[in-house]
Amino acid sequence: MSGTIVIIGAGPGGLAAAKGARLAGADRVIILERNEEPGGILNQCIHDGFGLLRYGKHLSGPEYAMHAIAEAEQCGAEILPGHHVLRIEPDSRGHSVIAASRNGLGKFEADAVILSTGCRERTRGAISIPGPRPAGIYTAGTAQNLINLRNILPGKRAVILGSGDIGMIMARRMRLEGMEVAAVIEILPEPAGLSRNVSQCLYDFDIPIHCRHTVSRIFGKQRVEAVEISKVDEQRKPIKGSEQIIACDTLILSVGLIPENETAETAGVNLDPKTNGAMTDAFLETSVRGIFACGNCRKIMDLADYVSEQGETAGYNAVARIQGNAMKAWDRERGSDLRKGFPEPGTVTCTLCPNGCQVKLINGIASGNRCPRGADFAAREAVLPMRTVTTTVKTADGELVPVHLDRPVRKDAVLPLSREISRMRISSSMKCGEAVGSAAWNDTEVRVLSSCGR
Amino acid sequence: MKDTDILIIGAGAVGCAVARELSRFRLRITAVEKEGDVASGTSGRNSAVVHAGFNNRPGSLMAKLGVEGNRGFESACEELDVPFQNTGKLLVAFDEEDRNILERLIEQGKKNGCEDLRLIDAEELKRRLPQVGGIGAMISPHTSIFDPFAYCVALYENAAENGVRFYFNSPVTAVERDQAEGGFLVTAGKQIFRTRFVINCAGLFSDEISKLAGVDRYRIYPCRGEYYILDKVADSLLSIPVYPAPKPGIGGLGVHITPTIDGNLIIGPSSEYIEDKEDVSCTSEIMEKLFTEAKLLLPSIERRHIIGNYAGIRAKQAPPEEGGFRDFVIREEETCPGLINLIGIESPGLTASLPIARMVRDLLSARIDLIEKEDFQPRRKGIVRFRDCTEEEQNQLILSDPEYGELFCRCQKVTKREIREAIERTPGAKSISAIKYRAWATTGRCAGGYCLARIADLLIRDYGMKPEEITLRSPGSELFRGEVK
Repeated sequence: MSGTIVIIGAGPGGLAAAKGARLAGADRVIILERNEEPGGILNQCIHDGFGLLRYGKHLSGPEYAMHAIAEAEQCGAEILPGHHVLRIEPDSRGHSVIAASRNGLGKFEADAVILSTGCRERTRGAISIPGPRPAGIYTAGTAQNLINLRNILPGKRAVILGSGDIGMIMARRMRLEGMEVAAVIEILPEPAGLSRNVSQCLYDFDIPIHCRHTVSRIFGKQRVEAVEISKVDEQRKPIKGSEQIIACDTLILSVGLIPENETAETAGVNLDPKTNGAMTDAFLETSVRGIFACGNCRKIMDLADYVSEQGETAGYNAVARIQGNAMKAWDRERGSDLRKGFPEPGTVTCTLCPNGCQVKLINGIASGNRCPRGADFAAREAVLPMRTVTTTVKTADGELVPVHLDRPVRKDAVLPLSREISRMRISSSMKCGEAVGSAAWNDTEVRVLSSCGR
Repeated sequence: MKDTDILIIGAGAVGCAVARELSRFRLRITAVEKEGDVASGTSGRNSAVVHAGFNNRPGSLMAKLGVEGNRGFESACEELDVPFQNTGKLLVAFDEEDRNILERLIEQGKKNGCEDLRLIDAEELKRRLPQVGGIGAMISPHTSIFDPFAYCVALYENAAENGVRFYFNSPVTAVERDQAEGGFLVTAGKQIFRTRFVINCAGLFSDEISKLAGVDRYRIYPCRGEYYILDKVADSLLSIPVYPAPKPGIGGLGVHITPTIDGNLIIGPSSEYIEDKEDVSCTSEIMEKLFTEAKLLLPSIERRHIIGNYAGIRAKQAPPEEGGFRDFVIREEETCPGLINLIGIESPGLTASLPIARMVRDLLSARIDLIEKEDFQPRRKGIVRFRDCTEEEQNQLILSDPEYGELFCRCQKVTKREIREAIERTPGAKSISAIKYRAWATTGRCAGGYCLARIADLLIRDYGMKPEEITLRSPGSELFRGEVK
């Protein structure tokens, strides 16, 4: 008897936890997902950079989700979308998870529960930017949701506060969709996100980044009209006299992620008062016996691949807890091997994977690259830089299909090709990998492939 | 041109209360508001407290109407289905001078008719609120908290149900005498109204409206108060409003900490005279000061609890060099018959809004016969709140409409059905903030990060709006620029 595992959240952590639990012998695994589709935040992350560690492939977020969903389903996990968990209650067997859906309130009895509820974004209110409260202020994730999933354009000219990865990825995304990005403002001395994104999302599009600066005031009664930026001192306080005004109609915030643990709190799980993360032991078990936590609701991670790896361990351990077997320790707080901050001057940042190797070429000999592809990338970069492109295509019924090109294209073709792809219309959604059409600019011709994850 | 008997200018708490009170009678009533929704000014930007009435000078209208308002507030909230909670309030003394101030306040309160005020010593204070310092405190058991948005919306909906016509986005630009009829011709937005009476409930702009009508004897000095909103920590930190003993002459109540009806805490307000009546900016200097002062009052609050800021502006008649409070002016102008002015309605204006409305009624009844309608409907029902229901009720709701099973707002647990109801109510919500004030979505710690895109999607798919037509508040606050492609 190895019982029922209830997993909350069908993002990368929950889906991998389901796989881990089933492989370890759980009788039944149920994933409760509040969205109408599984995949979590991956569905709006249409850019590439996912899956190299876990699947050995370059995938977009929706494609990564497709793999993770397929794995969970093949293992026999039941995914229940449209189920919003309200609370976890103790019961004689272990825990009951109460969730609302269109069918009513469901009670899911569990021998063990796995929290994989992800995170939310820090808001303008939490960082107290002075000024009034006009329209046009969005977190990067909300802007991503609007642009990539809902076909809604948030503004015309943006300033981005914070240089986390989502902020930088949205800088590029907004440029590809015809918005201006006036600047990225970072309070720290270095960009907060991966060097890869500094290079391919900011440098490639000549988007200036002002480090040791912050937005010290917002202007605009009804809609954002401008922001004031200031240099900051060692205490990160704005320095008087250093103010500059930047005209914009949109302020995008990429100022940090907070583990989302409202559900965990209903069960009395201890949270880290500083990070709001669910505290666990080395086996990913929280302060409440039989409740495990993995992924961003425990501690913010840099890559979805790491989240999946941890989720799988949590799934295994949840079953081990029920069976009384030895659990596997999670002893790898991952992420330190990814290159962050400004690229090193005089080097090429290899953007082929999240590592972001800083490759130096001297007389044709590459150094600093962790794999041979880095040497090729650096050599190519000196002659004819090539880039991958991801964007969306609109269907006749107004849906957006995430797409990528069949191969990398010249750097100077990226914007013109994106513009052309934006004008494409297709009759209906395509299966992942199918060609939805072709696009051309000068002598560059490409096929446009669906990466919709279905 | 549109004919009406009564034209109310301003749809804040006072304008809505007057509209609702007068809708009991056989009158044609119109209300015009320059912004896109009710409670867009001071009424929606305050501490959300029903005051007891001890703060005001005995014999003043503020004292009389405030105490009367406090006594009737709970039953009005019950009638109008507005969230209300009697919490009481504590005023904390940190030294002997404070204690003397509190003793005088109790005396003043008794003269005003406030009941059950008393002093407690340090020991009892410690027993009641161990987390708060101080050498003693005054307890005001009849102070309460409520939802001022829901209150204004409820008065508005009920007034509209009883026949009052509201025009939003209609700023008044001219008030002229109608030579033929002896009334007024009022230009508001694109409309001209011919009316017998003008009731000036324009709050911060009441001086300017009076001047437009030819009575140039008032001046409103905007005095801003900034606030912090903290996360839902009221349960664990503080369940009763806590104020410092008020220092004389500050013209406010001092920086206080108040739980909201929803379980958040608010800190504020500051008190700062400004030039621009609409500048609701928060400033770094004041925010810093607020937090420091609040921490003295309640050491257990922390910066990570902060989820937002806002500012409201008091409509003060007392100029900066004078400070303090000047009494409400509520009267028909002798030099301009038919113009009923309500000037300087600052705190306790929300608490006093219903007695103020009755006073306007009495002023009118001295001039015309007020005949009660037989079909006046005093009760109004708000949107059913899924989160406040029992498990059984929640199941029933979902059975009646599966959209009660779709949670749109994760922080406040607001369902799709409730959002839809806010939009579809008569008269319904047309902006994101109007939906927010009716259904309470986007007010949580993620500030709409989860629900804003869902609500926008609903407005586009089911209500035929274009992305660029969706506003945060009034026209000009468009949230989006159109479709991406």
